[in-house]
Amino acid sequence: MQIYLPIAEVSVNAFLLLGLGGLVGILSGMFGVGGGFLMTPLLFFIGIPPAVAVATEANQIVASSFSGVLAHFKRKTVDLKMGTVLLIGGLVGAALGVQLFNMLKSAGQVDLLVKLCYVVFLGLIGGLMFIESAKAILNSKKPGVVPKRKKHNWIHNLPFKMKFRTSGLYISVFPPLVIGVFVGVLAAIMGVGGGFIMVPAMIYLLGMPTKVVVGTSLFQIIFVTAFTTLLHATTNYTVDMALAVLLLVGGVVGAQIGTRIGVKMKAEQLRILLALMVLAVCGKLALDLLLQPSELYSIGSGGH
Amino acid sequence: MFQRLLILLCLFTLPVQAEEVVASLSQNRVSITANFDGSDILIFGAVKRDAPTPEGPLDVIIAVSGPSEAVTVRRKDRRYGIWVNVDDVIIDNAPSFYAVSTTGPLETILSDADDLEHSISIPRAIQSIGTAFSTDNPKDFTDAIIRIRTQKRLYQMMPGGVELSEDTLFATSLSLPANLVEGDYTARIFLTRGGTVVDQYDTIIDVRKVGLERWIYNLAHERPLIYGLLSLFIAIVAGWAASAVFRYIRT
Repeated sequence: MQIYLPIAEVSVNAFLLLGLGGLVGILSGMFGVGGGFLMTPLLFFIGIPPAVAVATEANQIVASSFSGVLAHFKRKTVDLKMGTVLLIGGLVGAALGVQLFNMLKSAGQVDLLVKLCYVVFLGLIGGLMFIESAKAILNSKKPGVVPKRKKHNWIHNLPFKMKFRTSGLYISVFPPLVIGVFVGVLAAIMGVGGGFIMVPAMIYLLGMPTKVVVGTSLFQIIFVTAFTTLLHATTNYTVDMALAVLLLVGGVVGAQIGTRIGVKMKAEQLRILLALMVLAVCGKLALDLLLQPSELYSIGSGGH
Repeated sequence: MFQRLLILLCLFTLPVQAEEVVASLSQNRVSITANFDGSDILIFGAVKRDAPTPEGPLDVIIAVSGPSEAVTVRRKDRRYGIWVNVDDVIIDNAPSFYAVSTTGPLETILSDADDLEHSISIPRAIQSIGTAFSTDNPKDFTDAIIRIRTQKRLYQMMPGGVELSEDTLFATSLSLPANLVEGDYTARIFLTRGGTVVDQYDTIIDVRKVGLERWIYNLAHERPLIYGLLSLFIAIVAGWAASAVFRYIRT
């Protein structure tokens, strides 16, 4: 069944969109990532104009994260205090990111920068997570070896300490704030929720327990992407309501299934799967940059 | 007054046309609805004659053009091992849709001078005034836009697509793809004899979004903040509802 999207002005198969939404929704629920880093390139691939894909994806992430975060609230795996600190940073970051994006746009080559950002960040994080979780799985198979967890690093010596009871942490507010700003900037530039950056940052930099990390990152993502959606809707008119609804109908169902799968799996298994997926997307984008494209020319709208 | 006189004068000095083209469309409106997946339009007409049939082969060219806009065409090249955009050319005016249907090969039924005057062939319909200054090979860029849009069936070239019977009646079928931009589409019907345009008939096809499509589009552009909030609201309600349905199924 073909459907004509009113803002994107293209005609696509409705079931294809439902399927894409469902698939990305399952992953979103399992890993606590918004799924934007998968969905945005997928939307480019099926012919949605990039500006519409990025803006609509922000709207869709709100929905898929909302049902996910409700599931986590029920299980009390959301650190509200930590989430709020990350959120304050995220809103500042998103506003900065949009400014930066527009500056780069007028300077040209914004597509290249977005792709390079994807390759660098996905490669770095995917690689690190893969090595770490592979080690953890190998260690857990040897009896008697208890996996060590670093309790103290330089981050714990910063001032303005705050108690995060749900996470069982007593650390300075600066690291979560900085992570929030950083994720907000990337979210605005790359058209993603930023979960794939935030989840590892919370585990490895802040030392938060994995089970709390997923719910808390979803909490922050909802508000940052809602803010981004409004920015896009009011400045570029690129949020496609029909596209968002189709993606989210698939997405919310997928997220619920994904959350159940995620509970049943071990943290190490979850992490190694996420790492593999991040590396696969990174590899695909890197190949796009390295191999000669079949069409060297591309059409963009308008003058400079 | 003076202007009117001038027009009248022009009319009288024009040679009396021996042949005229009259044409019509199966539909003058294309409504883009939610399940729009392209549309077929039949263009048909006849040649009206006041005098005996002149010499030379008679041909019909039908050109349908969507709204034009400026586009930037970029070319990629290898730099530091990766493929990046290196050149760009602004094409001043490229139709978003362009279809040419004819009774025969365009080169033989239309002279170069008439093509230049009426901008009928696809390369002529794309106007790129400033390109010659900004790059060595501007033709590559116009070729690229034709190639890319032909693949998407946005540009169509159909020699032999017009059926002409008894040198009088003609008809062609035009298929508009699903990826249409809304606006006024002009259909131009040319009558040529021996490569020269002897008459022209223009008509408009009105391509418009209707119903829900129209409402969403208008809201997004006229009340962007309300539209944005509504998008978020729908998203959150759907998210919550799906969650509630799952809870209900489990208990």
